[in-house]
Amino acid sequence: MLKTSTTDVVPEKKIKAKQRQGFKLNAKDKYFASLFLGPSLLILGLFVFYPMFKTLYISMFLTNTLGKTTVYVGLENYVKLMSSPDFISSLWVTFVYVIAVTVLTITLGLLLANLASQKLPGMGIFRTLYSVTMGVSVAVAAIFWLFIFNPSTGFFALLSNWLNLPVVNWLTSPTNAMWAVIITTVWMHLGFTFLILLGAIESVPSTLYEAADVEGASSRFQFFHITIPMISPTLFFVSTITIIDAFKSFGLIDLITKGGPTNATNMLVYRIYKDAFYSGNYAKSSAEAIILTVIIAFFTLLQFKFLEKKVNY
Amino acid sequence: MSTVLTNVSKRYDSDKTVLSDVSAEIQTGEFFVIVGPSGCGKSTLLRMIAGLTQISDGEISINDKVVNDMAPKDRNLTMVFQSYALFPFLSVWDNVAFGLKARKNTSQSEIEERVNDALKMVNLEELKDRKPRELSGGQRQRVALARAVASDAKICLMDEPLSNLDAQLRIKMRQEIYALQRKLGLTLIYVTHDQVEAMTMADHIMVLHDSKVQQIGTPTEIYKHPANEFVASFFGVPPINILPATKDTGNLIEVNNDFKMEVDQQVPNDHFQVGIRPNELVIEAADELDANASIKTIEFLGDEKIVYIKMAHNNVEVAAIVASDSEFKAYDTIKVTAKNNYLVFNSDGVNITKSVEDVVNA
Repeated sequence: MLKTSTTDVVPEKKIKAKQRQGFKLNAKDKYFASLFLGPSLLILGLFVFYPMFKTLYISMFLTNTLGKTTVYVGLENYVKLMSSPDFISSLWVTFVYVIAVTVLTITLGLLLANLASQKLPGMGIFRTLYSVTMGVSVAVAAIFWLFIFNPSTGFFALLSNWLNLPVVNWLTSPTNAMWAVIITTVWMHLGFTFLILLGAIESVPSTLYEAADVEGASSRFQFFHITIPMISPTLFFVSTITIIDAFKSFGLIDLITKGGPTNATNMLVYRIYKDAFYSGNYAKSSAEAIILTVIIAFFTLLQFKFLEKKVNY
Repeated sequence: MSTVLTNVSKRYDSDKTVLSDVSAEIQTGEFFVIVGPSGCGKSTLLRMIAGLTQISDGEISINDKVVNDMAPKDRNLTMVFQSYALFPFLSVWDNVAFGLKARKNTSQSEIEERVNDALKMVNLEELKDRKPRELSGGQRQRVALARAVASDAKICLMDEPLSNLDAQLRIKMRQEIYALQRKLGLTLIYVTHDQVEAMTMADHIMVLHDSKVQQIGTPTEIYKHPANEFVASFFGVPPINILPATKDTGNLIEVNNDFKMEVDQQVPNDHFQVGIRPNELVIEAADELDANASIKTIEFLGDEKIVYIKMAHNNVEVAAIVASDSEFKAYDTIKVTAKNNYLVFNSDGVNITKSVEDVVNA
């Protein structure tokens, strides 16, 4: 799934390059090759490559309300965006959200997976419970959490009343709304992260722990010096997935806060959507989409560069 | 100063007994091999000594201290696993240093000294920066040994450490482990299913079968004076020939109704068995009328041949070792007799040969 080693990969590439040189297609082979590749190329081109280049194209024009390009402006849309405090705040909010969601999801997922991997009676029930959010749709999750956040009848409100604490207005204060969205997203992602990490932890050979037991390593030492390094490829995988997913969050934002209050949760994707389909500003939203793509690509590359060393074994 | 097992038992649930009433005393500095067929509970016994598996009954003590409820790390021993249990993300050096670092009571300079010494001892100094996946099977095995050597524990447990190696490497590592044990004066408790490993390395062998100890003794005792039929047939290649026998007149017994043999001891009046090692059988060519057996197949081993023989009665098959220049062929009719070196087992399989009164019988 992931390339975890540079030393292993290099010779492989060399071998493949050699094979390619000595491998010439005749006309009949080419015909069959195009027959097999054609359908997927067509579909990818239609639904991925064309929209991608079209977006890039639109982002360098002005558009009318129908989305038709009018005047070529080059990079002006980008320049405008980068100097707009509104957009910068959106960018900032997105970063905070992505980092918080990733850190919390991975930490909690790891904690739960580690607990659920202990051989205790009744663990099967907990495993099912922890992973159950995987099957919950965004809409259901949003409604469920809206009930919980409700300031008069919600669970948190009732709890605060019972403890004689002031009721927190989850969705009307900018800071709290951000937390509300983060909590909901983490809850949504947790099932998947938990399940993947549990699988990774379970696949660590038990003799490694037994050897460590005999050698005198505490369970804390074992967690940080055996479990974490052994599951690092998986940790790397889930963190990449979580980061990309968090950048792309849309449904929950739309259903819980609609980007509010006062743009406090107006993440990039939601802004793109509103600029295009509410304000009819297709050029601006295209430019935003391209910026988001570049950011996600940058983070993905960064992760591969940095974590490649750590997950190499 | 020794490791003492007293009536150690292991049961899973209430009905599944893996080990029952195992008792033994393992002297400090000796090479002690636990051997038996797969599923006899030998690995369980080792894991119980290590503290990785709880014991159901009995007592294990190390150096006069009962360790039944002691955590593995407090028992001051090391263990080499069948799978080597190397950490794939650590270099050879760090793998060897793992235990020393984990215990956190060794200074950095001492760790370095100990690890380097251990690596030198197993000839792995040049490979210390490699990852386990870049090593061959034998080298990985050596890393596991170095880890045991680097620890200051004087008791080392090994669970079938050579079973993942090819035959040639196994012989080489066998000698290395033996040399290492002698050099360091380790108390080595070694589990294997391979009788050759047991015979070649052990000071004392414990034979386990059917969750019980069959015999404990030196390799010579085990081979020459096996406690019972199982031990007799477990050691020796090809295995000892066990044949039914009945008492004849005088000192004679009738073996498998095929040939007579002279014995100088009391034998049961009814049925019993005799055990004759393949090299104690004598075969000679004979016409069909004089013959009491025929040859099935012959294996050529260089300086000797193994002849697999079908006896005339009872559908019994035996093996005999003959000189490699003897000219027997498959389907030859032959006459089988035996030299005067035999074992007698009663109907329960217990060795009742006269010269074995001193055998430890479990």
